[in-house]
Amino acid sequence: MAIMAEQCLGHLKVLELGNFVTGPYCTKLLADLGAEVIKIEAPGVGDDSRRKGPFLEDTPHPEMSGLFLYLNTNKLGITLDVTTETGKRILKELIKQTDIFVEDNPPAVMEQHGLAYGDLKEINSRLVMTSITPFGQTGPYRDYKAYELNCHHAGGEGYLLPTMSPDLSREPVKAGGLVGDSICGLSAAIATLAAAYSRYATGLGQHIDVSKQDVLMTMVGLEVVVMFANMEVVRTRLKHPALMPTPMKCQDGHIMVSTLTDREWRDFARSIGKPSLAEDERFSQWASRHLHGDEITPHIEEFIAQYSKEELFHRFQDRAVAAAPVNTAKDLAESPQMEARGFFGEIDHPKAGNLKYPTAPYKFSRTPWRAERAAPLLGQHNGFVYCERLGYDKRDLVTMAETGII
Amino acid sequence: MSAFALQGVRITDFCWLWAGAYATSLLAFLGAEVIKIESLARVDPTRTMTLTMGSQTFEGIDQSPIFNGLNLNKLSVRLNLKQPQAIGLLRRIVQISDVVSENMRPGTLDRIGLGYDVLKDAKPDIIMLSSSAFGSEGPLRRYGGYAPSFACYSGLAHLTGYSDGLPSPMTGSVDLMSATTSAFAIMAALNHRQHTGQGQHIDLSSVESLAVFTGDALMEYIMNGKVQTRNGNHDRIMAPHNCYRCKGDDKWVSIAISTDAEWRAFCDAAGHPEWASDERFSDAYERWKNREELDRLVGDWTINHTHYEVTEILQKAGVAAMPSLSNEEILSDPHFKARNLAAEVEHPTLGKQLVLGPPWRLSETPARVTRSAPMIGEHNEYVLGELLGISLKEIARLIDAEIIY
Repeated sequence: MAIMAEQCLGHLKVLELGNFVTGPYCTKLLADLGAEVIKIEAPGVGDDSRRKGPFLEDTPHPEMSGLFLYLNTNKLGITLDVTTETGKRILKELIKQTDIFVEDNPPAVMEQHGLAYGDLKEINSRLVMTSITPFGQTGPYRDYKAYELNCHHAGGEGYLLPTMSPDLSREPVKAGGLVGDSICGLSAAIATLAAAYSRYATGLGQHIDVSKQDVLMTMVGLEVVVMFANMEVVRTRLKHPALMPTPMKCQDGHIMVSTLTDREWRDFARSIGKPSLAEDERFSQWASRHLHGDEITPHIEEFIAQYSKEELFHRFQDRAVAAAPVNTAKDLAESPQMEARGFFGEIDHPKAGNLKYPTAPYKFSRTPWRAERAAPLLGQHNGFVYCERLGYDKRDLVTMAETGII
Repeated sequence: MSAFALQGVRITDFCWLWAGAYATSLLAFLGAEVIKIESLARVDPTRTMTLTMGSQTFEGIDQSPIFNGLNLNKLSVRLNLKQPQAIGLLRRIVQISDVVSENMRPGTLDRIGLGYDVLKDAKPDIIMLSSSAFGSEGPLRRYGGYAPSFACYSGLAHLTGYSDGLPSPMTGSVDLMSATTSAFAIMAALNHRQHTGQGQHIDLSSVESLAVFTGDALMEYIMNGKVQTRNGNHDRIMAPHNCYRCKGDDKWVSIAISTDAEWRAFCDAAGHPEWASDERFSDAYERWKNREELDRLVGDWTINHTHYEVTEILQKAGVAAMPSLSNEEILSDPHFKARNLAAEVEHPTLGKQLVLGPPWRLSETPARVTRSAPMIGEHNEYVLGELLGISLKEIARLIDAEIIY
């Protein structure tokens, strides 16, 4: 039998009352590093992500959503209706055994149910509670409703995209993928672990208030800082003088090239067979290269158009010039680099079967990423948590299920 | 002032550029003492980016608002990595540190005698984070990248932009997201060490730190062999789900509707109750199918109001709406002001600077901005003198010998 690898966060017990992406992604990060995460879902319904695709073989089923499966790896799952009195009592019993409580519900709802930090610290003074909401626990927009789209635009990045818009009468757009929600879950996890670290010395828990808008604003902080320094409003959707500001079309897709340093620019000029550009005064410095960018970018694009993205990628990188192809999910799944790094790992799930999953972007030398268990089936660990942890009788569970508590 | 969460944690910081520098700045907000290792022989490029803002031009290594925004709360010591004696001093700094962080090309620190194996001998429980574009193993380990490269290789750029437009590598946010990933990894390793006494090495790939944000697209390919592509603001089931033009120059509001209840509330609030009974929009499926027509109608309504008016009208009705804010609007937004995300710091050469602080509110150990980014080598005497116990006379000699350089 293989010896269990040491877990990075194996000493932490986490409780999640989260939904969809943000809260669940925050606790997924902790679970993947070994924390015991108990995820609470509404009885019979479960997390919203169970009803959103992609679904395995395009067959909608609450246990076969790729989104849910991805966001809830390595967690235990229980069902509990925390809006009932019994549900609240049980939640509080769990809170007594919890180091970290992560939730992403509207502040007013948590208060209404007596589940605000002030209520919970009474029963566990060591509790670290992290609340992640669109606008935080304070301020005039505290109770505003917002989905990822709204948060992303409220955070200031949407207004900047797409850079060099072909048509300014068209709408600004949000970032793709699950970026807007995931980054907030990730950022919240830093403060959560810092509070856990601090607790070790002080013995005291605390509340962490994370506003998604705040997180997203700090991500475009540089553009905001530029504004602080009295520059005009940053509008990157407007066409502006710039050197290779967007991915360029090549034979089989697009490639992006970035030259920040003067050395990179000179090597780039040589690699496209235009060494004279390396000596050209107009392009000798970062700022002037961009100022004169429009004069040269079309010529570069002509060169780029003749080659494949793979050829260009290696041609530029061989000269230590930062270039990258625009990849699709397929490209990534087939990338030899991802293969060599073991970026995709297999996990077996009772309904969805054996699937590959993206693992983590970091390799810990002592405590590797683990695939101990797949995402939980709805209520899969009710027996374990309620009977073994809280001491309920099996018969209690039946009654609690019949009355819709679990 | 209350204590910091990371009181007593010291970080030897070789990080530079955006993705490196912001990672340790996040931990410095939480109270870690971050000592940035710099040298005139290896100046962080963000120190020297000439920037003209209005009538002001910032030039020279201590006048970059970009560097300032990325390196808040840190200390700086100048040590020339090309000098063997500097390497010896660095090992001594590592001996009194908890964490070492770096984002040079993989192998660079190993070659000068500051790799993990060496540092582990100097400090057995040291935590070391190495962050690079593609990670330190695999065929692309020597390849470099900046934020746009990470966004493109990771698959994120392909998913961002108009369906009929170019892929969009987003903004500098991509670097800061990689930085956030680094800070999380360090935080996890610190918790582990606190519990077990063991340090470790973390090898992080910036490309992968973005790829994990496209989990649904990756799962869709793995499960069904389908490749997702960019589609503006559209959602796979929600409609309306877009930005709509409002009164004013280039003003937009984002509106997202998920349930039938939200839809009915929207129609009433917009003064178009007849839309609620229009069978083209009778349920979520019909609304999604007819989203183009829906977008046109919604846009015809929003254009008569400012983006803040639309937001207020819809939020009162329980419908998710927010302006697409420019950086200028963010600064005057009442909620932004109420949350105190911005802080003012006194910078030795730039004067008073407004910067963005940490994005979290910790009730007992608040994270905060304590000082501007350091001047290059500003803390030579503190680090080498006070922490390592080197005399002022010896420090002067080290400067003459260009070891402190």
